Amino acid sequence: MYTPHTAGDIAAMLRVIGVDALDDLVRVPDAVALRAPVEVTPQLSEIEIAQRFAQFAARTSAGEYTSFLGAGAYRHYIPPVVAAIAMRGEFLTSYTPYQAEVSQGYLQAIYEWQTYIALLTGLDVANASVYDGATALAEGVIMAVNATGRKAVLVSSAVHPNYRAVLRTYAEGLDLVVDELPYGPDGRTAGATLEAALADQRYAAVVVQSPNVFGAIDALPPAAVERIRATKTVVIGVVAEALSLAVLAAPATWGVEICVGEAQSFGNAIAYGGPHVGFIAATTAHLRRIPGRLVGRSVDTAGKTAYVLTLQAREQHIRREKATSNICTNQAHCALCATVYLAAMGQAGLRNCAALNVARTNELKRKVTALDGFSLRFEAPTFNEAAIRVPGRAAGVLAALERKKIHGGLDLGRFYPELDDCILMTATELTSSADVDRLVAALSEIPVRAAARV
Amino acid sequence: MPLPAFDTPLIFETGQDGRANRYLPDAPALDTLLPRETLRDELPLPDNSELDVVRHFTRLSQKTFGIDTAFYPLGSCTMKYNPRINDAMANIPALRDLHPFAPDAAAQGALALMWELERSLASLFGMAAFSLNPAAGAHAELTALLIAKAYFKARGETGRNVVVVPDTAHGTNPASAAMVGFKVVSLKSDAAGRVDPDDLRAVVGPDTAVCMMTNPNTLGLFEPRIHEVSDVVHEAGGLMYYDGANANALMGNTRPGDMGFDLMHLNLHKTFTIPHGGGGAGAGPVGVAAHLVRYLPVPVVRAYDAAGKDVEAAGWRDSAELTFALDFACPDAIGTMRSFWSNFAHMVRALAYTYANGAAGLTRVSQLAVLNANYIRASIRDIIDIPYDEINRHEFVASAQTLKRETGVRALDLGKALLDRGYHAPTVYFPLIVPECLMIEPTETESKETLDGFIAVFREIVATAKSDPDKVLETPVNTAVGRIDETRAARQPDLRWRPA
Repeated sequence: MYTPHTAGDIAAMLRVIGVDALDDLVRVPDAVALRAPVEVTPQLSEIEIAQRFAQFAARTSAGEYTSFLGAGAYRHYIPPVVAAIAMRGEFLTSYTPYQAEVSQGYLQAIYEWQTYIALLTGLDVANASVYDGATALAEGVIMAVNATGRKAVLVSSAVHPNYRAVLRTYAEGLDLVVDELPYGPDGRTAGATLEAALADQRYAAVVVQSPNVFGAIDALPPAAVERIRATKTVVIGVVAEALSLAVLAAPATWGVEICVGEAQSFGNAIAYGGPHVGFIAATTAHLRRIPGRLVGRSVDTAGKTAYVLTLQAREQHIRREKATSNICTNQAHCALCATVYLAAMGQAGLRNCAALNVARTNELKRKVTALDGFSLRFEAPTFNEAAIRVPGRAAGVLAALERKKIHGGLDLGRFYPELDDCILMTATELTSSADVDRLVAALSEIPVRAAARV
Repeated sequence: MPLPAFDTPLIFETGQDGRANRYLPDAPALDTLLPRETLRDELPLPDNSELDVVRHFTRLSQKTFGIDTAFYPLGSCTMKYNPRINDAMANIPALRDLHPFAPDAAAQGALALMWELERSLASLFGMAAFSLNPAAGAHAELTALLIAKAYFKARGETGRNVVVVPDTAHGTNPASAAMVGFKVVSLKSDAAGRVDPDDLRAVVGPDTAVCMMTNPNTLGLFEPRIHEVSDVVHEAGGLMYYDGANANALMGNTRPGDMGFDLMHLNLHKTFTIPHGGGGAGAGPVGVAAHLVRYLPVPVVRAYDAAGKDVEAAGWRDSAELTFALDFACPDAIGTMRSFWSNFAHMVRALAYTYANGAAGLTRVSQLAVLNANYIRASIRDIIDIPYDEINRHEFVASAQTLKRETGVRALDLGKALLDRGYHAPTVYFPLIVPECLMIEPTETESKETLDGFIAVFREIVATAKSDPDKVLETPVNTAVGRIDETRAARQPDLRWRPA
């Protein structure tokens, strides 16, 4: 129960308060009194809790399976130094740094995170984090809506389906129209359809993701960016795999003004989907529309460098219903993990890691497509995942792989009915050649007709 | 205990090229892997040795105040001890490394765990169901208001677009309302700091969508007429929303569901001992009454018994014999709120905490949280204004208004003086209706000795304010930095380091 009170303490404290019993402190009107005892978990000792959770753990596959799953949540090596630092109690148990004088360490770490994200995206500023990649997209779109006064947005269908789903949920609240731009035959956003879509200047933003949900590097060509800019529409770039920023052209360099994304890959566990860490970076022109916390560098009364939460006139606790967002608690500790990870990896380590991801994915693509009936669905270059066309339906192939303790990847048919013969397969620096060989061996043993039947 | 004052250069100002840590084998050259036009030329990040990285962040941690450092009576934030067993459970590899797209058959333990937590919360707070989807409290408010919007849309009552919020409410309430296109009407508290059902009756009507409240309210006072408030809103056709920020006051004692609330959220990072982590990640489950269950965000965790039938449980049930699935096919659902299903690692922590307590333990937690808060109030009420000086719940509000008039020392200054003496400051200037307010929430995990230490220092500071106010106005001097030029920070934003 983690309560230190002895019977003597309680009696002494009640005397000071001037009541006879604990019940006198918590009395409620009969109308709202508890009618039946609550039914929650039984009470266990600590060792029994550990045993209980070992049972939960025994009912999952992680560790036991070889996995080629990615699609927005990535398995990466996390140096132990990340946990050693992040689990320090001062970081773990502090609140949002409202009292800056006793939060200088955390504030500086967040200032460093903002800098890392700005440097990686090539943009001017970044915020202290948002919940995850999908909500970062929704918040980024709200920024563009506020910048342009337009209540519609054009989103590439190669943006992660979960991100688009969250955007649609938010759009219902904000009465926004969300239109989609198709993907083309090579797996990249079809720029050819842009011209017509932009004709009536109704869109606040065009949203593309790179690498996109098919793994394809999907930076818009300069001509497309020019056409979008000509209609005063904001280019929003989504990055669901932040590690790609280490080697791919920085979003700012190909025209992105607001870059939103997910940095789970930087030192944060997959953890069945969360907590992960979203980021928003933007050009200075958008600074005052950025949601959430921002840490700034200033000085104290003696002129000493000091960090503090700033530009709070954007935020809910000051502006209430006129705030840029309702966000309050964000993902500070996940951002801290990412900052420690980036500091430990350094530019050389990070670029090497990203290159390994490409190399392992190239190996996976080469070996899998050497099998009869397997091919690359799209030709565009990829970062660490790729859409693989399989014989028969993807669901059948994946079910067969599960029986061999392999998570083969994501069934793209789940989100794209026309791609129900495609699996999104992911390889990272943790994917060994032996893992790929195991996958290839398993795939070669699946009878094609069995796969087609499911 | 003052925090160390030494300067720490930015990580970008240290390190040398060629000092990389070798965590991974060497990759082939990039331009043999990808077309050159897709690549960036450089990445201007520093390379530091692991030792230098460890020292850098260790120093930063030493300039950060956490619950583990000392007493942290930050009102409305429930800064209670975060048991380490919770983190150990969240760090079990089979839970930590589970992929959200793993098939349900491979994720049974994770789903069982989520289901057990959801059922426990439903019973503890009197709701029909909870969704663990939202990422934090404000996110949960947004979720709940989207549910309300969908509910009224389904009933053809699209004219309901007003959210009534008491003037004691958290700032996120109106900000969340604005994100679903609702207008905000603020309701004045009565002289006793409560919502008067008769005042409320005057503002509700056919345009009322939701009334957002917390109980105990942000003054730490229980709203004794809450059921009448609910009746007024329901009679007007609106929904009642419970802001769970103050749930630490009422577990096992009374339930939002029994007070008439239709929707609620919890801040698991407050009541359920999830570490705040310097501002997140949090977790904000949303609970709903029976008539709103079908609007909950997807995915929904479904439980089946051995015969494959849906399990309908009012409260917690042992999951060992049950099987589970994630259900995305809920036609009335508002959609989904985030990339993946929940802040799962935090659900592990929250469930470990409910197991550590059980029903009796959680009830005791709330009682002792209320005891600690009343004890501090009763011990300082003779030296500082207590605008609502009565039995409070888990927190209370003091005011430095008289002190300021007599000495020039404000609530802010008292907070800074506390920092100098090794305590965290209370929440200051919230709620907005009490001038110069200090909102004090000790939580139940603090011992009498800790509270006595705080009370003694608080009394000393107030005495100093009266005898030698400048001494208080000059604080803090024992912290890493003194008071900060916030105007400069806002007028000349310096939000990142730039290469020379």
